[in-house]
Amino acid sequence: MKQLTYILLIVTVTLFVSCDKKAVKESSKVEYQCPMKCEGEKVYSEKGICPVCEMDLKSNSRKASKVISDEISDESIFNLTSNWNTEEGKSITLKELKGKTLVMVMIYTTCKAACPRLTADMRNIEGKIPAEYKKDIQYVLVSIDPKNDTPKRLKEFAIENYIDGEEWTFLQGTEIGIREFSNVLALKYKQISPLDFSHSNIISVFNPQGELVHQQEGLGVDNKETITKIIETVQK
Amino acid sequence: MITNCQSKMVPIKGGNYIPLYGRDSMKVSINDFLMDVYPVTNKEYLAFIKKHPKWQRSKTIKLFVDGSYLREWKTDTTLNVNQKLKSPVTQVSWFAAKSYCESQGKRLPTVDEWEYVAMANKTMPDARKEEAYNQFILGWYEKPKTFNQTIGSTFRNYWRVYDLHGLVWEWTSDFNSVLISGESRKDVDKDSNLFCGSAAINATDLMNYAAFMRYAIRGSLKARYSMRNLGFRCVKDDKTN
Repeated sequence: MKQLTYILLIVTVTLFVSCDKKAVKESSKVEYQCPMKCEGEKVYSEKGICPVCEMDLKSNSRKASKVISDEISDESIFNLTSNWNTEEGKSITLKELKGKTLVMVMIYTTCKAACPRLTADMRNIEGKIPAEYKKDIQYVLVSIDPKNDTPKRLKEFAIENYIDGEEWTFLQGTEIGIREFSNVLALKYKQISPLDFSHSNIISVFNPQGELVHQQEGLGVDNKETITKIIETVQK
Repeated sequence: MITNCQSKMVPIKGGNYIPLYGRDSMKVSINDFLMDVYPVTNKEYLAFIKKHPKWQRSKTIKLFVDGSYLREWKTDTTLNVNQKLKSPVTQVSWFAAKSYCESQGKRLPTVDEWEYVAMANKTMPDARKEEAYNQFILGWYEKPKTFNQTIGSTFRNYWRVYDLHGLVWEWTSDFNSVLISGESRKDVDKDSNLFCGSAAINATDLMNYAAFMRYAIRGSLKARYSMRNLGFRCVKDDKTN
């Protein structure tokens, strides 16, 4: 069977060579196949419809799908260009988080009431994700209090809350950068005293391309749907 | 005459004031800053998007604008026949407004800064107790299509700033601040809270209905939204003092 696929590919490639050299380069990278495998392992060099079941042909090349996802869509948070500091003292833009499913929440470390529970909610989510997906997900806590939440403070907070592993990232931004990010999430916050903010409690899930796929609102809510969504984005 | 694209600014002397909605300490202190005399016009915005094509209607991305962004315009870079160059630009998103101000080395005003300047009438820095002043503002809220007027067609206030009331609503940098003073609970999740009684409980002056309207409309906005009667102007920190 494998040999047949190979022959077919060579045939299509040769066919293309005869008419357009440029097309070969592109088509040889990607193979398309009927998702139902109506014609067995038969592959096509171009997008189209399966002649048997009439379903859209799907790209079956893993490498090719990675190449495609290199582009940033209109709705991706990776379009935001603001700079952030991590708890490890690194300076990054959100784009550098690309490639993993992102579970994000906005907090501030001097918060006494809601944030410890939000942090606990994040930890609960993390605890319920099967180990096999662990390396595909990044948990990101964005501070809304850049004055007090320095990278050093965020690192201390991470250690205090037992969330200092590699899958956890803390971000300190600029005031306008944070406002911009919260606006993308449609999350509201206001400083009400030097150490207090009021804010919405939202945990947001982004797929590896940075597109918002799910928001969980409230504190201590049932996170079953959130976990399902996270796993879906990893498997895609 | 203004020769460059920068519109005229005037200094605003900072101070303390009690906003309709504030912090738990009630009083808010405002630093000195400079404010645009007029809202940003169609002409100025046109110059901006010619220089920054990513903000042209057909090139903007969904993350930053909704479907009504500059919808009245004839093309990416031409106004409709009934739109005047000297009218305030409207149908712009918060992201676009923010980017415009940044391109000028400025920023959007905070809600507190905007409200601080906008509480002045022609002669007093704080005219919120003046019945006639409140009636003027509320009268405008009822008037349709004032966005078609040109800048400077309302009054010049105590700070020599024009058109804060009477032409268009304006974006602020922190328009989405929540209206509660306590710690966050489930209650902040619904925009409907802005329009029912609970939201007004910690208002400092329940008589100030006009200001309440402004806070309510800001609270109902999302940063991608654009509206026919929503424009903006920019401010800048005053570094001379």
